[in-house]
Amino acid sequence: MTNEQIAQDLVAQFGEDNIFGIVENYGLLNVTTTTDTIVPLMHYLYQHPTFKFQFLTDLGGIHFPDVPSHEFGVIYHLHSLENNVRLIIKLYVTRENIVVPTITGLYACANWMEREAFDFFGIMFLGHPKMERVLNDEEMDYHPMRKEYPLEDATRQDKIDALFGR
Amino acid sequence: MSEIALVSSPFVGLEKAQLDKKYVNELTTLNLGPTHPATHGIFQNILTMDGETIIDAEQTVGYIHRAFEKIAERRPLYQITTLTDRMNYCSSPINNMGWHMTVEKLLGVEVPKRAQYIRVIMMELARLADHIICNSILAVDTGALTGFLYVMQWREHIYEIYEEMCGARLTTNMGRCGGMERDLSKEAIRKIQVLLDDFPPVLREFESLVKRNRIFMDRTIDVGAISAERALNYGFTGPNLRAAGVDYDVRAMNPYSSYEDFDFEVPVGTKGDTYDRFLVRGEEMWQSLKIIKQALNNLPEGPFHADAPHYYLPDKNEVYSNMEALIYHFKIVMGEIDAPVGEVYHSVEGGNGELGFYLVSDGGRAPYRLKFRRPCYIYYQAFPEMIKGSTLSDAIVTMSSMNVIAGELDA
Amino acid sequence: MSDRIIKTVDAPEGIEGQGFFAGKLDDLVGLARANSLWPLPFATSCCGIEFMATMASHYDISRFGSERMSFSARQADILMVMGTISKKMGPILKQVYLQMAEPRWVLSVGACACSGGIFDTYSVLQGIDRIIPVDVYVPGCPPRPEQILDGFMQIQEIAKSEQRRRRESPEYKALLASYGIE
Repeated sequence: MTNEQIAQDLVAQFGEDNIFGIVENYGLLNVTTTTDTIVPLMHYLYQHPTFKFQFLTDLGGIHFPDVPSHEFGVIYHLHSLENNVRLIIKLYVTRENIVVPTITGLYACANWMEREAFDFFGIMFLGHPKMERVLNDEEMDYHPMRKEYPLEDATRQDKIDALFGR
Repeated sequence: MSEIALVSSPFVGLEKAQLDKKYVNELTTLNLGPTHPATHGIFQNILTMDGETIIDAEQTVGYIHRAFEKIAERRPLYQITTLTDRMNYCSSPINNMGWHMTVEKLLGVEVPKRAQYIRVIMMELARLADHIICNSILAVDTGALTGFLYVMQWREHIYEIYEEMCGARLTTNMGRCGGMERDLSKEAIRKIQVLLDDFPPVLREFESLVKRNRIFMDRTIDVGAISAERALNYGFTGPNLRAAGVDYDVRAMNPYSSYEDFDFEVPVGTKGDTYDRFLVRGEEMWQSLKIIKQALNNLPEGPFHADAPHYYLPDKNEVYSNMEALIYHFKIVMGEIDAPVGEVYHSVEGGNGELGFYLVSDGGRAPYRLKFRRPCYIYYQAFPEMIKGSTLSDAIVTMSSMNVIAGELDA
Repeated sequence: MSDRIIKTVDAPEGIEGQGFFAGKLDDLVGLARANSLWPLPFATSCCGIEFMATMASHYDISRFGSERMSFSARQADILMVMGTISKKMGPILKQVYLQMAEPRWVLSVGACACSGGIFDTYSVLQGIDRIIPVDVYVPGCPPRPEQILDGFMQIQEIAKSEQRRRRESPEYKALLASYGIE
């Protein structure tokens, strides 16, 4: 079960419009897809008789402010424990339409992972049972991991930037 | 009065007819708040209880969110090691080594065998330290304080070995990209040998206190059980998953840093309850001792760091005398050397499971995006499901056996 | 053995006689307080593990009188804040501090509790002295158990030499008022 086989099978199943950007980074197959295909793709990979990608290792967000058509990304790390193969699926949305369907129906662990992506980047997951902030305060009104926000607390009064060389 | 109880409970949204009338008046809400004894860390559970039985739990985490991922976007690659220390602070060297391996994968640096063996020794010592704390605190939560005090002595010994290697006890910042910062000194080897000789009887004694203790077994068997299917669905890894019956160990499945040279077993439980988690961790401690013994006996000769002058800081004596070394030192510290553009994911077997680092580099000095795959954060979601229907004391014991470390939970 | 410096603790100043000792009440109360401080370990992160090492037999904080860790704020004397306090945790720390009964002392252990430490971020409170008054700061990341014990001994010195009426004095009340505590 090589990376080429997986890529070919996915393209054959979903079409080249939905599975593109196929690269191999350091031995790991990366595949990009669209928001409409992600849930069927996850189910397909879960139920596939040979691939058996039934473990969601991680789910994270990413922000590319320089590319408005691909501004926010969600990166899914899948792992097939039986075959010892990993797979990364990426999906990109724009700032105006920052909605991605949830996969909590299939993987229970995606619950907090998606909440974290929402908390940090503002990516809304449609169908999530509790789309709220998880790590930050509920009253926080911005999404801190976005590139436009600084690391430090903008509202602090004492640490004067000029004295610290900022 | 029952209306108010309904609004403040997690059953908001359910029709009143769906709840048994008699039931509604008896539910209490208990706050197993962020500050609670047994020093596990700060995370909150609001339990809805019917008398002594837990019906539901609502979790709040993030009380120690320190924005590691955002800080990492600011720091050069070699400075992020100090951040990784503070994630799972009971076993810092594993986090450090995992990070170094991720960077080495990105940069394409080959680490010599001796450095790999030293890394294995340090990682297994860290795993020992982590499991010592977890198992002894589990015993403390059931009331057995003696075991904790007894094995903590040996944890101090492990700290002394860390000090020989890197200078610090807890937040070790051990190793460098390309190997280790110094060789294993004679004193460190002597101390590791003392650990290998004198710790097994201590561990045996600790186990004899607790393992077949009737009270401990009654407190922990069939408590907080989770099936293998649910555990996999919840993204469990590490001892918690192995207790449920799935033998997934990153060291065995995707060996890194010469783990394939060592002969060790991966202990697996059957029921996924607290007792199985305790036993799996206990057995992993024995396997760690076995690995350390093999590594120490077969320690190969050779350099303790890679020959990668672009990434590995040169020896300080060289810097003061050799022009090239001075230039490399300057370039590395001032960040003149860029990393290649790329994305890499590497995972190691942390004390709690698969600790993964997803590094997206845009060619600059600092990562563009660094995501930590933190096992505690992922499996702690299953906690309400594991304690539904059990009593409060069972919930405490379950939480303790899951080894949730707040630094890794929130990052 | 003969060249080891053994330091004996002096008795407080007072008038001694056959079967009686007359001294200042402040001294005796201070002595009693200092040698039986019950801490509330508010351990949040890595410094908490060093505290566990301090509590264990090698460094043994119970030599100093803290045999019993009180997790109930009402029965604790000293609030040892160990680890990073985030902004989400701040109100809870303040609530725990308010629940403590006078006399109470606060020991801030670790760089994160003293000043935010290495985490100058949007989510970390830059020092607990923004919300509660602190008596002794112990720097370190994490501080060695010996350092924590040193900080603890400083609190003992403060407790020993503290005036009994200090908690009712206007300066103390002004200090609490500056934190918004009545």
